[in-house]
This record gives sequence, C-alpha cells and structure tokens, in this order.
Amino acid sequence: MSKIWLITRREYLTRVRNKTFLLSTFLFPLVIILFIVGSVLISTQTHTRQRIAVIDANGYFKDYLKSDSSISFDFTPGLDTLNYAKHGCTAVMIIPVLPEGQRTIYRLKYKTQLSLAGRGDLEHRVDEAIVDHMIYEKTTISRGRLDSLRNTSHIAELATFEDNGKTARASNQGMSFAVGYVSGILIYLLTFIYGAMVMRGVMEEKTNRIAEVVVSSVKPFQLMMGKITGIGAVGLTQFLMWIVLVVGLAVAAQGFVSAETWKEVQEVQQASQMGNASAAGHVSDAANRIYAINSAVDSANLGVVVVLFFFYFIGGYLFYSALFAAVGSAVNEDPQEAQSLMMPITLPVIFSFFIMTAAVQDPGGPLAVWASIVPFSSPIVMMARIPFGIPTTVAWWQLGLSMLLLILGFLGTVWMAGRIYRTGILMYGKKPTWKTMWKWAFRAS
Amino acid sequence: MNILEVKDLRKTFATQTAVDQLSFELEQGSIFGLLGPNGAGKTTLIRMITGIFYPESGSITFEGRPFAALKDSIRIGYMPEERGLYKKMKIGEQAIYLAQLKGLSRQEATRRVKDWFARFEMQSWWNKKVEDLSKGMGQKLQFVTTVLHEPKLIILDEPFSGLDPVNSNLIKEEIYSLAKKGASIIFSTHRMEQVEEICDHIILMNRGKKILDGTVSGVKQEFKENEFRITLDSPAVIDPDTNIFQVLESDDTHFRVQISKGFRPNDVLRYFIDRGHGITSFTEILPSLNDIFIKLVEGTPNARQFHRI
Repeated sequence: MSKIWLITRREYLTRVRNKTFLLSTFLFPLVIILFIVGSVLISTQTHTRQRIAVIDANGYFKDYLKSDSSISFDFTPGLDTLNYAKHGCTAVMIIPVLPEGQRTIYRLKYKTQLSLAGRGDLEHRVDEAIVDHMIYEKTTISRGRLDSLRNTSHIAELATFEDNGKTARASNQGMSFAVGYVSGILIYLLTFIYGAMVMRGVMEEKTNRIAEVVVSSVKPFQLMMGKITGIGAVGLTQFLMWIVLVVGLAVAAQGFVSAETWKEVQEVQQASQMGNASAAGHVSDAANRIYAINSAVDSANLGVVVVLFFFYFIGGYLFYSALFAAVGSAVNEDPQEAQSLMMPITLPVIFSFFIMTAAVQDPGGPLAVWASIVPFSSPIVMMARIPFGIPTTVAWWQLGLSMLLLILGFLGTVWMAGRIYRTGILMYGKKPTWKTMWKWAFRAS
Repeated sequence: MNILEVKDLRKTFATQTAVDQLSFELEQGSIFGLLGPNGAGKTTLIRMITGIFYPESGSITFEGRPFAALKDSIRIGYMPEERGLYKKMKIGEQAIYLAQLKGLSRQEATRRVKDWFARFEMQSWWNKKVEDLSKGMGQKLQFVTTVLHEPKLIILDEPFSGLDPVNSNLIKEEIYSLAKKGASIIFSTHRMEQVEEICDHIILMNRGKKILDGTVSGVKQEFKENEFRITLDSPAVIDPDTNIFQVLESDDTHFRVQISKGFRPNDVLRYFIDRGHGITSFTEILPSLNDIFIKLVEGTPNARQFHRI
C-alpha cells in the first residue's frame, strides 16, 4: 500500500510541478468558454436575413404578411421566378388561389436555403395571414381592432416547477440544458485528456525500460494503480482550482453590484414568490438580470451537480484510464500502434458523447435512461441528465443502479487491465492484437 | 554458504521454452558470470530471480529460504540491460525515489544517495534531468540506484556498455569492493574479456539450457587442447616422424605445438633438450572463453554474435 502511495506521489508531483500544469489549468477553462461563446455566436449570427418575393394570386397577403428583421416580403409587381434574384430577393414564394376548405400547395423557390426554424417561421406567418384575412372577412371586426388585440394578447408567461412532493422548486429548462451539456462535455474531454495522459505515462515507462527496474521492486499492479491514482489526483486538483476560480470570479462580480441593486433584487424575488411578476416592474434592468441569473443557478441545483460530477468524473476516469493503461502497456514505441488499439476504447466514449447531446434534449427518454445506467456511457450521459432534477427526471433507482454499476465496472476494468498490464509492460517486439491481450487478461495465472 | 540456489527452473512462453530445467548455485561474495547468446534465456532467468516472472516449475532458494519476491526485493538490486530512468525527473529525486520503492525511508535514502554521489563525483548533477546526461553518466546513475539499498544479491546486465575506460574501472572497483563486503554478484554479458577478468564462476546458457558450469580456470582447463608455446635459443628443425607432438605454427626459434595423447609437457622439453637446444620459454596456451563459447554454441541458430572478430 505504501508503495502505491509512493508511486502516486511521484506521478502527482512531477505533473503538478510542471509549468504546463498551471498553464493548462488556466487555459482549459478559457478554451471551453471561447468554444461555448463561439458556438453560441455562430448559431445566432448565421441566422441569415431572408427577403422573399411574393407572387400572390389571392391579392390579400400584401395586407396581412408581416415582415421583420429575419424575414421580409416584397410585393413589387413584375417580380417573377426568373428575375427575383436580380431584385435582391433570396427566394420567391408563389401562392395560388387558395379555395376555402381545401388544402392547396404554395411554393417557395430559393437561392439560399431556409433554415429549419426559418421554414417553421414562414409557415406560421402565412397561416397567421390567412387567419387574419378570414377573421376580417367573416366578422365585423376592424383591422385596427384586430391588430391591437394581437398586440395586447402577449400577457401570459410560463414558469415551470419541479415537483418534489411537499415542495416545488422553480426550474429552468435552459439552465438545466446548459449545465447538463457542459457537464457532459467536461467529463467527455477529461476522460480523454487524463486517459491519454495515463496511456502516455505507461508507454514512457515501457519504452524507457524503467518499468523493468520498478517492477523488480513493486508489483506491476501497484505501478499501474499508482499511476492511475496519481494522474487522477492531478485531475481533481485541476478541477478544484477551476471551482475556486469560478467561485472567486462570481464573488468578485457580486462585489461590483451596488447595495441599491441588491435591495431591488430582493424585491423582485419577493414579488415573484407572490406570483406577480409585474408588481416589481419599476426595478432596474440590472436587478432583473441578476435575479434571473440567481434563480437559474438555484434551479440547476448546482450543489448536487458538483458532488455527483466528482463521483462520475472519478468513476469514469478509473473505468477508462485502466483501459488506456492496458493499451499503453501493450504497444511499443510507435504511437501509430496505440491509435489502432485505442479504437475500441474511444468509440464508446464518442458514442456516449452523441447520446449525451440527445439526452440533454430528452433527459427522460429510454435511450438517455439506459445509457446513463450502463457504465460505458453513464459518466457522460448521467451528468447530462442530473441537472434536470433528482428524483423527478432521474429516479433514485436509476441513480443508485448507475453508481453501483459504475463502481463494479471500474473494479472490473482495473482488474482486467492489471492482468494485461503485467504481461504487456515487459513485452517488446511484435504489436499484440486484441485477441492476444484478451488471452493475457483471462488466462489462469 | 550459498546465497542463491536455483533448481530445475523452467519457464515457457507461448512459442518456446525460454528456460529449461536450469539449476545452479551462487556462493556468497562471489562474482558469477551468466553467459549466453541473445535469446538464450538469460533475461527470463534473471526476471525469475528478481521476482518479475513466476517460474513454471522448479525452485529458487534465497539465503536458505524459498524466494519471496516482495519480501526479498530489498535484498536484491537489478540493473537491466536496457537502461531505464525517468527522463524528465531530477537525478537526485529519482535516485531517492527508486530507493524508497525498495523500502528505504526517505531520510535514509537521501543520506545514501548523497554518499554515493560524493563517491562518484556526481554531486553537481543533483538537480539535472536524466535527459541532460550523457549515456555514460546515465549508466553511472543507474549503477548507483541499483546498489543504493545495499542489496545482498546484485544482478548486472551488461554494466559496462557505453562507459569509457575510466568510468568502467570505477564501476569495476565498486563491484570488487561490494563483493568483498559480502554481496554476491550475477554478471550477465557478452564481453568475454571482462568475464575472464572479473568472474569467479560462470555458467553458459544456450536455448534455455545450461551447457557449461564451472570456475573460469576450471572451464579453461576442461577445454584446453594441450597447446604450448616454446621458444628456443637456436633454430631447430623438427623431425617429421615424432609422435610426441604436432607443430601448429613455427618460425626458426618459436613453435606452437599440440601434445599428442599419452605424452606430457616434460616429453616435449626432453625432445628439445636431447637435441641440444636451449629453452628460453615454455608456456601453456589456454583457450580464451570466447573460443570455448564459439565452439559450444557454433552451429546453433543463436550463435551469431559469437563469431570471431
């Protein structure tokens, strides 16, 4: 045991003392933030402006179709399917006479494809124009009255609550989605980063032939476990530093908020608890925004998320890093060999990532549920589901079973990897296949 | 007393028998040469003695008790042929770490590392990294880490490769002094002149089996071909009909002769004395270990590296 500790200590200290450790600790969150901000920016910026020429055989769309910044309509006479592009339009919509009580097809010809959301938006506008036209035609209501009714009808706002039996907690789908997505991506990245670190460490020991010196003093299993726990401790240290960084930044940010605004924030809070959002209508924008952030953070249940994140990070790390260690012990100097042997390990991780992206959209779906229980994918997928609430979205039995299976899973992979490792670490020459590694793992000792 | 007794040791891998019913004994304080061509099974044998591999059958007795790899590892020092050190780790730290793995306390390890570094004039290296060392310096460091915990049994696989003559001698002196202090040394090498110089006892392995076992002088006696070199004070013409010896080489006054069966060196001397020649020197030519090994392993598939240079 003390020898594992010695090895852990060395693995930990040599990495933490390294300058690249500090650098990567601070660069990694920066890269993640840039990545998230960048992808959000790109997804909002790519919303292209559509200018659609309309050829209307009914004659009334001109009065009802509403243009705005994302889609505008052009009713200039003389526009047709041949010259619309010349007039600066991105598409031309041909609406034939629409007889009542019969579904009729209208067409859109385009140079620039509409996005999926853009298509839904366009359909909605055309439908609304038809409804408006019908109401105006069939009733005695005036145009002005109809428009003002429409404008003043936006008075209901949906708030969702998670039912926890006696209490209910305000929930925020957007925040749960974001926290789940970020947690899933983090576990995915960390599994690869630290798994690869373990593999490179093992390969280094093997190619340097230091392994032979060390295993004449300690058991190969101790050497492998020491490496895994040492690098795992590096990961935890890094993660703790990130938490300190985030909490520190949050506290610093709060320091910039004036006492006045805090008071207003409390007012908003009280008002919203009484179920009357407009009562606090006089408070400043800043207070409203802070309240929104605070309630979103509350709704994501960050305490539980962080604790479980630690569990799934450690569990997933042990599960996969043991396999990475086994691969590292089997290959020789050539990194190409490692690539091909890594495939069976990286594939389930990548699959888990894709399942995770689906799980944040539908955290209660059967795929998400089962993938969050099976230990191959549970660290990534379960972390994407947890922010949606325990025990509402994630039932207690699912969480319990998932954690139990993950513990059994990593005990299994560590055991198997230990057996591959002790043979592989001293084996030079031909690259082993998965079949021979399987034999190393399961033959009688 | 024998520090190590190996009996009927056997280890097979999927395709071949690496060590086949091998037995030998190692006396305390002696320097033991383990010889054999590449692929003879030396490394496998050493790995079993160091507890890295478990033997399939047979027994290893260490200091009179059955060998227990984990408990005895502090009493064994092993320097593998392929040197192994952490490239990015500072040298002092590294030596202390390896000694701690053997079971020394941190204080004790630090004290001994400082001691050895002083003896090898390596103090200034303490904070250097292994990747900054030359091959020879790395070798010295590796030797220090091997003997730091004062093992009773030291196993050295090609300890002199890459060392210049000065450092070679330094290590050689240390080996002698360790043996004098009671450590037993197993010395595995291809370099026969070093074996002749250093080893008391040798075994030769080929294809997993022991094919020779004895002291260096004993082996030479066993394989000698009764050849002598004789120098005379005046030119001589040898009677072609003599059956006492055969002339292998000659110029006027120097002869290399092989004594025929049933005759003794005295008969050769008498032959020349009877003919009135003065003898200025007469020496026996013993075969070199290299010759013996070439003779023994020649023709087997693994004998390549023993070709005469």
